[in-house]
Amino acid sequence: MIDVDDERGLAHPPATVDATLDLLGRQNYVADRRLATAVFLALKLSRPLFLEGEAGVGKTEIAKVLAAGLSRPLVRLQCYEGLDTAAAVYEWNYPRQMIEIRLAEAAGNVERGELAHDIFTTRFLLRRPLLQALSPEDGATPVLLIDELDRADEPFEAYLLEVLSDYQVTIPELGTIRAATPPVVVITSNRTREIHDAIKRRCLYHWVDYPDAARELAIVRRKCPGVPESLAREIVAFTQRLRTLDLFKSPGVAETLDWAEALVALDCMTLDPQTVADTLGALLKYQDDVGAITPEVAARLVREAQDA
Amino acid sequence: MRKADAGMIDSVPHAGAPVRGLRPNAFLDALPRGRLAENVMHFVRILRAAGLPAGPAKVLDALAAVDAIGLDNRDDFRAALAAVLVSRREHQPVFEQAFALFWRNPRLLERMLAALLPKVEGRAGAPEELPARLAQAMLPPAPGPRETGDEETELDAAFSFSAREVLQRKDFASMTSEELAQVKTLLRAMRLPLPRVRVRRTAAAPRGHAIDLRATLRRSVGAGGALTPLRFRARRRRPPPLCVLCDISGSMDRYARMLLHFLHAVTNDRHRVHVLTFGTRLTNITRHLRHRDVDVALSRVAEAVEDWAGGTRIGRCLHEFNFRWSRRLLGQNAVVLLISDGLDADAGDGLAFEAERLSKSCARLVWLNPLLRYAGFEARPAGIRAILPHVDDFLPVHNLETLTDLAHALARPSARDAALALRA
Repeated sequence: MIDVDDERGLAHPPATVDATLDLLGRQNYVADRRLATAVFLALKLSRPLFLEGEAGVGKTEIAKVLAAGLSRPLVRLQCYEGLDTAAAVYEWNYPRQMIEIRLAEAAGNVERGELAHDIFTTRFLLRRPLLQALSPEDGATPVLLIDELDRADEPFEAYLLEVLSDYQVTIPELGTIRAATPPVVVITSNRTREIHDAIKRRCLYHWVDYPDAARELAIVRRKCPGVPESLAREIVAFTQRLRTLDLFKSPGVAETLDWAEALVALDCMTLDPQTVADTLGALLKYQDDVGAITPEVAARLVREAQDA
Repeated sequence: MRKADAGMIDSVPHAGAPVRGLRPNAFLDALPRGRLAENVMHFVRILRAAGLPAGPAKVLDALAAVDAIGLDNRDDFRAALAAVLVSRREHQPVFEQAFALFWRNPRLLERMLAALLPKVEGRAGAPEELPARLAQAMLPPAPGPRETGDEETELDAAFSFSAREVLQRKDFASMTSEELAQVKTLLRAMRLPLPRVRVRRTAAAPRGHAIDLRATLRRSVGAGGALTPLRFRARRRRPPPLCVLCDISGSMDRYARMLLHFLHAVTNDRHRVHVLTFGTRLTNITRHLRHRDVDVALSRVAEAVEDWAGGTRIGRCLHEFNFRWSRRLLGQNAVVLLISDGLDADAGDGLAFEAERLSKSCARLVWLNPLLRYAGFEARPAGIRAILPHVDDFLPVHNLETLTDLAHALARPSARDAALALRA
């Protein structure tokens, strides 16, 4: 059972690895024990959690589940090339500032020092995700999700290093803003480039792998309750076999779930090669890979999946 | 013994020599009197030339340390200097060797220099056990024209003009070991400037397209709210990531060994450079090449690479690259240098497919092929015919001149970019 901090309605972090598994499970996230251990340590030691893995294995989901499980707000920073402080940390509200200057002029009492002082106050500050996470407006320490860090460029990574080591940002006009309690930080990367060791060094690292058959089946059951048990088994056995093939992009858990939904929508009760061929687009996203699953290969995989 | 040691330190041959490059100024005046100070400064300069990040401020620190520790004990003296001058673990061995040579016995250093000097004139080679980099650092700089070391491919003044011409044009594969040694030092100084591409990050620019509201407003406030000229920002430019795939099979052996010196220089020149070797298997050697000392870096590469001078399975290696690495290394408009003769043991089986995929996952695929040295080169072998349709540039790489030309060739927009520009 999880204690609830009665003042803000925040849940305390779990006290053991089992409690962490439990917490994730209650949000319908079926984690393996290694991942649960990493999450537990990240919460316990207040260190950022760095998750790497193929697309669609549930990296982003961890942050969402943690936020829901701990009853904390989720602050998400989606990274992209050219992400700068104006989009990630803060920006001044220029239109409002200009109006303020005009108003001061109209009132006829323009005193430069005072005006500059008034213009650069929190009233005119637009708070972007990193600042929101460090000084939350409602006081509840959030879960900060820095998604797909590999898409940002190295300068942003270097900036993040500073934020993650001290949990503070400096706004020249205002001063340094430091988090009263550090947020729970989850960083994800798809490995489209290597993240610098310096960032990884500050984090707990976990490689999120494809789940094994038992866990994937548990995930399908949890996430798609409408799928008949026998079909769920076949779906999982099929995708597990698909991952052993030499494909450019193996299907992730997200694809398995999409496919299960698709099969249910087609009122499919059991796999057959024709249905597989028709719905392969839900699993494989490269034409070369779709081409590699010829009718013969599909028939063989279906047979093996049904025998398993 | 202690006195004698101190005396020896005083009589190092460089003691009286003026320190090149440093003007006599207040900094020098601040140093303690006597030859020890000059010796320490010279020692620091040698370390700096050998690649240790020891700035002029370190000289003062070192002298303060020596002052505090005294000259009574040789080990203490060495430890004191090391504490100040070494800041990374891998620099320790360089420091130890430099210290042993510089401070132990002035005769030895003299002999060292004598042994090294003929190398420049083309007689004997340098003693093997000494890292080449340190050996060069120990060499007193020749007077005059050598100081203009800015030009990347400039040769030592010791070479005659005609010798330089010959060296520039000579095929790597037909060089003597002496020539190879000379060329290696030239290769280390070479760089590969790629044309910068526009990135999405912006920087203040007088003729930018986007208005910099923040800067404009700050100016406006400074002017008491009066209207001020607008400030602008423009997108920045930076060199794209570079990924090098170097063939190290038997037929490429001679070239690959030379090119690794060049690749070491390029890897350490800037960020976002990745180097992989392939023969029968693919090996990522980027981390090994990052070691600053070229000798150490190359010996680590030799340890890591298991298929030196073996066969070639280009198709299979490209497949592995596409499968395992391309998504990690080829983001953000990467340029790929494929260094290979295209002679494939599998006779190009599956190669066209992989070459096409590689070409489609990078911004520019440049193929450097030493076979292009033959005037009558024809793309006969199956491997070459499979790759050729998918490369943007097909260039020779068998001597210094072609490597120098490479930079110019890459500065031109690729055929693909030209086609895109035309369509736009």
